[in-house]
Amino acid sequence: MSIIYFLIGCSVLLALLFLGAFFWAQKSGQNDDLYTPSVRILLDDEPVDEEKK
Amino acid sequence: MKDNSILEKLHCYHCGNDCEEEYLGPDKKVFCCNGCREVYSVLSQSGLGSYYAFNQHPGATKDKISPRFEYLNEPAIAKDLIDYTDDKFTIVTFYIPAIHCSSCIWLLENLNRLEPAIYYSRVDFLRKQVNIRFDNKLSSLYKVVGLLDKIGYEPLISLQDVIKKQTSGKKDKLIKKIAVAGFCFGNVMLLSFPEYLGISKYEQTFRQFFGYLNLAFCLPVVLYCGTDYFRSAWANLKNRVLNIDFPLALGIAVLFLRTAFEVLTHNGSGFADTCCGLVFFLLIGKLVQRKTYYHLSFERDYRSFFPVAVQVTDEKGTEHSIPLAEIKVGQRILIRNNEIIPADAILLKGEAKVDFSFVTGESVPINKVLGEVVYAGGRQTGEAIELEVVKPVSQSYLTRLWNNEAFSRTSENRTKTFSEKVSKYFTIGLLLVAFGSLFFWLPTDFHRALAAFTSVLIIACPCALALSTPFTMSAALSILDKNQFYLKNTAVVEQLAHIDTIVFDKTGTITVAGADKITFNGQVTEYQKQLLYSTCANSAHPLSRLICQYWEGTTRLGTRSYSEIPGKGISAAIDNHQIDIGSRLFIKGGFVAQAAADSTEVYLQIDHQFIGYFSIRQQYRDGLEIIKDLSFRYNIFLLSGDHGHERDALSGVFNPDLMFFERSPQDKLDFIKNLQARGRKVMMIGDGLNDAGALKQSDLGIAITDNVNNFSPGSDAILDGNALSRLPQFFKFSKSALSVIYCSFGISLIYNVVGLSFAVSGRLSPLIAAILMPLSTVTIISFTSIATHLAAKRRRL
Repeated sequence: MSIIYFLIGCSVLLALLFLGAFFWAQKSGQNDDLYTPSVRILLDDEPVDEEKK
Repeated sequence: MKDNSILEKLHCYHCGNDCEEEYLGPDKKVFCCNGCREVYSVLSQSGLGSYYAFNQHPGATKDKISPRFEYLNEPAIAKDLIDYTDDKFTIVTFYIPAIHCSSCIWLLENLNRLEPAIYYSRVDFLRKQVNIRFDNKLSSLYKVVGLLDKIGYEPLISLQDVIKKQTSGKKDKLIKKIAVAGFCFGNVMLLSFPEYLGISKYEQTFRQFFGYLNLAFCLPVVLYCGTDYFRSAWANLKNRVLNIDFPLALGIAVLFLRTAFEVLTHNGSGFADTCCGLVFFLLIGKLVQRKTYYHLSFERDYRSFFPVAVQVTDEKGTEHSIPLAEIKVGQRILIRNNEIIPADAILLKGEAKVDFSFVTGESVPINKVLGEVVYAGGRQTGEAIELEVVKPVSQSYLTRLWNNEAFSRTSENRTKTFSEKVSKYFTIGLLLVAFGSLFFWLPTDFHRALAAFTSVLIIACPCALALSTPFTMSAALSILDKNQFYLKNTAVVEQLAHIDTIVFDKTGTITVAGADKITFNGQVTEYQKQLLYSTCANSAHPLSRLICQYWEGTTRLGTRSYSEIPGKGISAAIDNHQIDIGSRLFIKGGFVAQAAADSTEVYLQIDHQFIGYFSIRQQYRDGLEIIKDLSFRYNIFLLSGDHGHERDALSGVFNPDLMFFERSPQDKLDFIKNLQARGRKVMMIGDGLNDAGALKQSDLGIAITDNVNNFSPGSDAILDGNALSRLPQFFKFSKSALSVIYCSFGISLIYNVVGLSFAVSGRLSPLIAAILMPLSTVTIISFTSIATHLAAKRRRL
């Protein structure tokens, strides 16, 4: 059963990793604007024929 | 010669407004004004035509004169606006009220194709901001702003830069704390499960291992996430106030200490799960309470209304811009058309027609003669004028109001909220029960006494109580938000419920700025109508525009000659007819109608023959009758800076004895103060800068506006003009919200009593605590949000 020590250690480490990832995302401003990207993704690129003009 | 082809209304391709006059642009598109047409041609020439593909009529109308941005070339002024600059590039963030659709985002993020020097632009839609990075060798702040203005996105540049304050000031660590608390809470729950299910004898080593791990997870929760509660409890104790943070801090501390003690002495498993859960839920409550409207600001003062810089001429006659704060007495300033006079000054040169609607609510421009003092806040209409400053900006007639003590007072301590009032008694009761059980067991069993004492503090920790207010109020806030009533914070809902006196401003508040009621008295033939319409169509005067609107669709005839006498009227010659339109003095000799006291008249004359007259009245907002309904339950006053010429018109709505006219901004403030001295809870509804003092002084100041993106004076709440008629519903709803809080308080008390019955006997098991705490929390959260929404439905909000 002592494998539990190892497993719990792994799970906590993994969870800490995710927590760290969240902190990084927060600090790099990924959560500052939660609305605009949802609109931006719907904007198509220019139609090709206009590009050629 | 009748022409029916124009009867069908055309919409501007750029902004979607009805076209009163057609401006044909390239590609056979129709525009409402020259501004819109220019924006279109700029965009279509740069291959940015997709702007019009994403949405119909994405633009904002450009039917007004852009302000001048020359002052941006002054390094001292530019420095304050720029986020970052070095010798290569400059980063700047603009607030652009016109941002409203996906086309806006697309265009502003493709600025690079219009100006290669801009190599990065990013829109934050909710904040209506654009962040721009440009090469400062190839371009300049002035050029960038000019470009934005040219494509119809004029940035709003004000001294009191609202945006920057919002982004920098709000960055506390709440989100981080929640993340840490949630992380620890989850892990502790997982590790506590074996304990809940029972650990067999020979696995006792696991039990200790889990215990130590749990304790380790508690450390960051208590020492990092929960510090605010300890700090606040300590600060309040020092001020001899018992607020809700004290029992909360006590609960967290006791939970942690008892857990530590039990784990370290191998005496039990402790309350690590309850401890982490408590802090986690409390922090969530804090987050919910903190609602932010990115696009609104409740803290504006006169600086937002005034220009950033002023053109100053020195002795040699050279002009340059200086920041507003550096204006000194004796300097000569140059004010152009549509610019605001920033300080009290004497008119030196030019014809001043100053629109004081901003300050007094009077919309008709006032003529000033040379040598006369012009007060700050007026907007010059017409030619450029030169003035000499007699008072610095901060000492001017209008801005002096801000030196009043009402503005230095912190707005927090207005009325005590319910939870503030109740938590004092709650804490005292809690301590009584805790010490009671301590002393009850102490003579017989020391361990049990300590256990009972700590259990009471744990179980009675007012988590549910602390959450009931934020969750109810934030639900209420979002409901009011949907109804175009934007509150500054959650405490305002409670203030709204306690109001017993309402004071209304007149101009702009119960009258609609710009929407005037126009009636024609007299008779005209179709041909005469065309003559009069064509004459008015030549003029840009607001009254002429109103008449044109009134007779919209009339055929316009060609004018042979046209002249305008400012302040008097207009004359034109069409088809051998002489047409005069203007004030009573302008139409000499002819018939003069009986002038009503509450309106402005425009007289019409064709070939020196009186035809009739227009009377133009201010238009009242829809739903004015609600004020009558409210007067049964509330004391209602009208305070106006205007002259009393509308007294009769309004006496149907307001009690004539409770209407007060010709009140200066200071008078208004004092009036509110007097009411408050008599124990009234006063709500002030106003719109202009002249109400700013009264709004600040009142228990609840509401700024009313037709466009929430416009500037409104500092206030507790911003109300959209369309929603004024829902005011009685808002009042009732705020009262319902308050009763929801009372009920949820009752529910949380029941939970506490159930828990206490376990606790006083000293036999509180961690499992019961771990069940009761989240259960009460979930009950409160679901009860408050469901009850609040039901209450809103009943009020049809």
